[in-house]
Formats: sequence, C-alpha cells, structure tokens
Amino acid sequence: MTNPTLDARRSALDAPPRPPAAAPRPYHFPRFERRTLPNGLRLVVAPVHKLPLVSVVAVLDAGAVADPAGKEGLAQLAARALTEGTDARDAVALSLAVERLGASLDASADWDAAFVSLTTLARHVDAAFALFAEVLTRPVFPEREIERLKAERIADLMHLATEPRGLADEAFARAVYAPDSRYAHPDGGSRATVPGLTRDDVAAFHAARYRPSATTLVVAGDLSADDAERLVLRALGGWRGEAPPRAAARDAEASAERRTHLVVKRDAQQSELRVGHLGVPRAHPDYFPLVVMNAILGGLFNSRVNLNLREVHGYTYGAHSGFDWRVQAGPFVVASAVQSEHTAAAAREVLLEVDRIRAEPVLPEELSLATSYLDGVFPIRYETTSAIAGALANLTLFGLPDDYFDAYRARVRAVTVEDVQRVARAHLAPERLQLLVVGDPDAVRAPVEALGFGPISVTEPEQG
Amino acid sequence: MRIPIESYTLANGLRVVLSEDRTAPIVAVNLWYHVGSANERAGRTGFAHLFEHMLFQGSANVGANEHFELVQRAGGTLNGSTWLDRTNYYETVPSNQLALALWLEADRMARLLPAMTQQKLDTQRDVVKNERRWSVDNQPYGTWWEKLPALCFPPEHPFHHSLIGSFEDLDAASLEDVAGFFATYYVPDNAVLTIAGDFDPAEARRLVDELFAPIPRGGERPPLPDMTLPPTFGGARREVVPDDVMLSRVFLAFRIPPAGTPGHYAAGVCAAILGMRHGSRLYRALVREQQVASEVGAFTYDLAKGSDLLVLDAVARPETDVAALEAALVAEVDRLADGGVTDDEVARAHALVESGFVLALQSAGDRADQLSRFATYYGDPSLVNEQAARYAAVTAADVAAFARAHLGADNRAFLVYVPKESVERRASSAEHDAVAASTAAEA
Repeated sequence: MTNPTLDARRSALDAPPRPPAAAPRPYHFPRFERRTLPNGLRLVVAPVHKLPLVSVVAVLDAGAVADPAGKEGLAQLAARALTEGTDARDAVALSLAVERLGASLDASADWDAAFVSLTTLARHVDAAFALFAEVLTRPVFPEREIERLKAERIADLMHLATEPRGLADEAFARAVYAPDSRYAHPDGGSRATVPGLTRDDVAAFHAARYRPSATTLVVAGDLSADDAERLVLRALGGWRGEAPPRAAARDAEASAERRTHLVVKRDAQQSELRVGHLGVPRAHPDYFPLVVMNAILGGLFNSRVNLNLREVHGYTYGAHSGFDWRVQAGPFVVASAVQSEHTAAAAREVLLEVDRIRAEPVLPEELSLATSYLDGVFPIRYETTSAIAGALANLTLFGLPDDYFDAYRARVRAVTVEDVQRVARAHLAPERLQLLVVGDPDAVRAPVEALGFGPISVTEPEQG
Repeated sequence: MRIPIESYTLANGLRVVLSEDRTAPIVAVNLWYHVGSANERAGRTGFAHLFEHMLFQGSANVGANEHFELVQRAGGTLNGSTWLDRTNYYETVPSNQLALALWLEADRMARLLPAMTQQKLDTQRDVVKNERRWSVDNQPYGTWWEKLPALCFPPEHPFHHSLIGSFEDLDAASLEDVAGFFATYYVPDNAVLTIAGDFDPAEARRLVDELFAPIPRGGERPPLPDMTLPPTFGGARREVVPDDVMLSRVFLAFRIPPAGTPGHYAAGVCAAILGMRHGSRLYRALVREQQVASEVGAFTYDLAKGSDLLVLDAVARPETDVAALEAALVAEVDRLADGGVTDDEVARAHALVESGFVLALQSAGDRADQLSRFATYYGDPSLVNEQAARYAAVTAADVAAFARAHLGADNRAFLVYVPKESVERRASSAEHDAVAASTAAEA
C-alpha cells in the first residue's frame, strides 16, 4: 500500500540502478611472529603501524575454572586486585602513573583465563610496559583493598537481583549446568563464597597461577618484533616459575529433558526469555558450520529469530541466538526481552524456529547472506590494536592453528546448506531445551505453563 | 594527530565530508540529519526516534528489511541513533561496496515515502514500545534517561521532554506525521554526508554527485525556539525516585556552557579530574577512601545549543545511607569549586583526552561520526583536528574559573534513586512512630 500523502516531487525522481560491488581490495590479518623467552614466557607480536598505539595482552591460566571448590570468585578477585598496589607503589599512585601517560591498564578474568591488558601511545610504551610488568609480577594485595573489592562484588550481586538481564543469564546457567559444574555458578563468585575469600587466598592463587610458563603475551601495534622482545626481556626476563597443570571445568548438563524455569520479577512489563542448552567447546570441528547456522537462526539482524519476534510480531526490541565459546562446552542460547503478555507466544516461536532449522534445509539465499556477511565483515573486526591483540589472545587460549585467520574467510565460504542442517541436527536438541523466563508470574505463569514444556519450577531471586 | 579532510557542498545544500585512510579496505558512510527529539511537536514525543526506525523499513527501490540485508550481505555493519538534536545513520562496509552504501542512503533520502505503510508503522510502534520497556521501564534506574533532562530543562524547552516518548504519544503517530517529518527535515540541506576510509576521492565525488545531487533541497524548516537559558539553575533542584533497586544512586547535574565553547572545554577537563578512571577525585574519595560508593562517573551530554549538562553519577554501597553518599559527593564538588585543581591533575586529564582522541581515530566509523558532528553543529568538520589542542589549552585557572561559575550550590540538580522497599518500610514505620511521637516528619 502506498501512502497517498507522499511527496510526488521527490518520488518522481528516477532512481539509478543498484550498483554492483567493485573488485575487492585484498586484506590480510596482520602478520605475527612467535618467540619464546628463556623463562618460558611465550610472546606473540603483530606489528601494526597505522597509528602510534600499542596494545598488550597477557593471557594467563588463571580464569574462573581454576577457582578452588568453595572459593568461587577467587580468580576474578585476584585479577581485579592486581592493580590495587605493588611493592613499588600503592593503588592510587599506580592509577596516577598509568593515567599520566594517557594509558589504560586493566586486569580481569573470564571463565578460561585471566587477562592483563595495556593500551598506550607508542611514545610511552617503555614506561607503560614497566607498569604492566609490575602489576603482573609484583602485586602486594593490600588487605584493605581486598576487603573493598569483596564488598563491591557483594554490591554487584545485590544490583543483579533487580536487573532482569543479569538475573536471566545467571539463572539460565543454573538451568543448563549440573550443580557441581563450575559453569553453573557466577564466575565472579556468589554471596555464599565471596565473603570467605581472604587476602592469603588471593596471594596464594597469584603465586601458583601467574607464572611465565603458563603465560602468553600478545603485543599488537606500532612496535617491531625485535623491539617488543627487548622490551619484554627487560621488564619480565627475571620472572620465574612453573605453573600447575591447566585447569578445566566440568561441563555436565543439569537435565537431559525439557524444563521450564520461572524466576519471579513482580510487575515486570517485559519478560527476559532464554531458551537453550549445553553447546560445544570452541575447538570443535563443527565450529564454522555452527557459526554460519547460528547466523541464520539468530546471529544477524535479518536472522530468522529476530525477523520473527521483532519485525513480524513486534514482541520485542530484539532477539538473538549464540554459542558462548569456551574451552569446554559453553551454553547455546536464544535470548530476548519480550512484552509480558506475549511471553508464551514468543517462546513458542523460538521453539518453532529451532525445530525448523533442523527439519528443513535453509534457503540458498539465507546461507549466502550469512557466509557473505561473515566473510566481508572480517577486516572490520580488526580495526583496532586491542581487537587484534584480543584475537591473537583467543588463538592461544583455544589452541587454534597459526593460519586460522588466513583460512577463516575460505572456511566460512565453504559451508554448505547440508552442513548447516547437519550441525543443526547434531548440536541443537529440542528434547533437552531449557526454557527460562524472568517475569511477572501473574502475567506469564499460566500461559507459559500451558506450553507444556516439561516440569516448571518457580524461584524468587535472592534479595539483599 | 591530524586526519586529512576535504569538504564541499552540493547545489542542493548537502554538505559532504571526505577523509581518506587507505590502511585497510574498509570505508564508513555516515549521515547526520540535523533533527532530533527537540524538533518534535507537542503530543508527539518519541516521534523522531520512531521515524528513525521507519528509515530501515525500505524505500522506493529497497524492500522492507532489505536495507539491513543488503549491507550485511555486503559484509558491512550498520545502525542509526536518535539524539536530542540530531539523528545519524551509518554503515561500515568493505571498500568495494561504497557505491551500494551511498545508493541505499540516497534512495531513502530521495524516495522513502513510497515504501511507508500503516502495517510497518504499527509494527515499529510495537518495537519501539518494547525498546522503551527494555531500556527505561524494566531497567533499574532506567527512568533517569527522561527524568534528568526533565529536571534540568524548563517545561517549554525543546530538551525537556522524553526522547523515547510516551506510549500515548507513540500511539498517536500517523503516516501523515511520517510524511510531514520526512518532507520537512529529511532533506539534503539539513544533512551532512561523511565518507571516511579507503576510497578514491574522484570516484567518491562522482558517486555522491550522481546519487545525491538530483535530490531537491527542502523548504523552510520551523526554527527551534530560543534555547538560551540563564548560566545556572538559580537554585538547587531535587527529585527523589523510589525504584525497584537495591542500591541507592545519585545523579548530580550542573548547567554548563554548550559544547564547542571555551567553558565547555574547561568542563570536559573538570569532568576528567572529577570522574574519569580510578585516579579521579570521586573514585579516590568515594570509592577508595570513604567506601560510600561502588561506582562513580562524570560525563557531559555534549549539547551544542543553548546550554549543556555536566553530570556526576554515584552508586551507593549497600550499607551506605543515601544522604551520606550525597554529602560525600557534595563535599568533593565544594572542594573543587572552592579550591580549584592542581597543574598535575590537569596534566593527567590532558593525557587521557589526548590518547582518547588517537584511540577513536582507529575506527573508520568513529572518524566519520566525529566529522559529521562538527560539520552539523559548527559547519566545519576540520574542527576535529583542533579538539586535542583545545583541550590541551585548558589551564588549572580555566578549570577553577569554570568551577566557581558552574559548580556552586545555585546550580545543582539532584536526581536520587532509592530502594522502593526502604521507602515503604520507612513510611510504614513513620506511621507507627507518629502515634507515639511527633518527630516523624523527616521520615
């Protein structure tokens, strides 16, 4: 239907035809070199001279999967505490020293690793890297700062109890993983474990796990490989120590059958919806067809799930699906925030889409949209030195081959309609899906129960 | 760091900015239309943003959702956003797809309306209502987005009303509104087109000429009312919001000179000293030393018309009474307003601002957006290359003068979020107390 009030003057213009693509200019992921220092520290250097910037990332075998039982949250606490003071300066002096250079120096831990990251103007790289090395190897973990960080984590957890998205993600992890899996519990620790963490726990964790033999240092930016090696040798050549064996999570499922989980959020105008189950490890041979399959299902704006829930039904501002890639199997999830009264209808549509991508081959134009997007967008992902350093950090973390980035685009393009259906059938399991809703029980419980999606459990989030 | 900039204006008034960078085969196309929620008429709050959604619903030669499809099929990223006084649309694509990105932008600038239907409008209305629920209504503290401007700008001021809009006003929006808004504001002489990254300048000029030059300029646009306000609020303002939150939070806003003025550069340095990163005064005092807050921040809205806002933001620790948090925040503001800042603090801010500029230059999309911004607000994209120097020129005396003029008690607006349960508890205990004593008035 054409709007009768349109501006006739402008619509009368003849449109030139849609232009074809020109010949593409070649792109290569930045060349990188590997070196191993005498102390076992592995160095990866990618010289990139576009701007006078340098990014450095240390990848350490000190992620949340290394948390000792009963001390969940220790890895994140240790990482955050690295920048709270060294044997040379206290936390304030450290912040000021970094910031006077205009640099950023951060430490964090995810499931599989701890990361210490630096980005600096190239002209300050000597001074900034000296601070980086100091934080990595000579933290002193002042008691007062440890207690403050613990209190801040408790504050975060309290905030989470009122925040529907965070609440949904946390409850979904419990729905997917067996209680004895580290992945079932928040990576930063819970109210049950954080108060018991001590300064000595942090110091012991650091002493055991922040070791050169278990560390890869990635340098990307305006620095040659030789200069990078000299810099690292000077600041970290004296660092010594062997690390314990690599930690791993148990990625066991909570349930082999469908279940519905309702987390109560009274008076919520929207429901946070999660549908999914255990995924596969990052190094799985089906990685490329899975990425393409997911792009078609829910990874792109024009994916099936988003077009269905948003553009056809208007139930939501957005819906997507994804595999959370970890060393062990992370979750596969379809996620959306949907209008409360349409919660059950939206869930039904998601389940239909999961069934459909298994039952029928995808259309050739759906496949080509996904593959040409993933192929074409590849260079755009690596515009910054920190993105390049992060990509190389992942290469190490997941044990991917050195030609991974060079082969990436061809491997995406090689995925077929048959591959997509095969991996959808192999790795999406409708009979094991967990359906989780954070919402107002008065509005959503009866319609969601009427879906008949396995037994339902109703929980109130922990308050205060 | 300076980036190359060429700019020119087509006969129809479209301003074009080109900035070449051949280091990677990537190009960004960025369009700013000089229209935002400030231009909405009474009873149509949220319309500028709803209209932005409609621009992704196709045009004469582009089907519904085909804009997204074509850009993503080309290997590009894209989006749009609406702000108080501008709306932007942008794509970053492999450089061999520049012509496609320009063609898509030209088709919707020239020929949007043939694609508009009641059904598309109704669906996007539902999507936007869900965006409102997601970002405002169903988010802890989410209403601050509309409460803070409402508290800081007088009721008739164009920045006072909600950008995302009320459900009632969204319901009232019609296809006639779409046609009128398009004809008035989505015209070449109200837009800036920036191309940044890997392109051949002669080829880019040829494409822009072919695709955009035939689009006729617009008619007269209703001018925004005079947005000048007194330099300060002229008193303290306060709104307390009981919300579904566990931790109290205080936003403290100050009226400051508009973006682009010397006072605003001083405000930027002041904000960095107060709230940027862990070496800032607020982090050191409130988070580290006193431990009354778990998070602090400082930012400016960067409004270029009339006046801007500097906002401090602090989230209370669970055990902290909100009055204590507020007092701690005010004490730091008073200390700066009374005592000024040191050269060392200014040097730290300069270093952070300088590296921030270089970092932002890495992305073609960010470059293009900044060029469009300076071309739209000040008619001069080359101001991008002057920004680092303008911040670097700010001295401790400038910051002190700014603070004396704008951080005083007569220029503070407090937006305070408190846990609903604690308010209910206090209210009910106050009722009981009132029976026994007469001191319940403070509760």
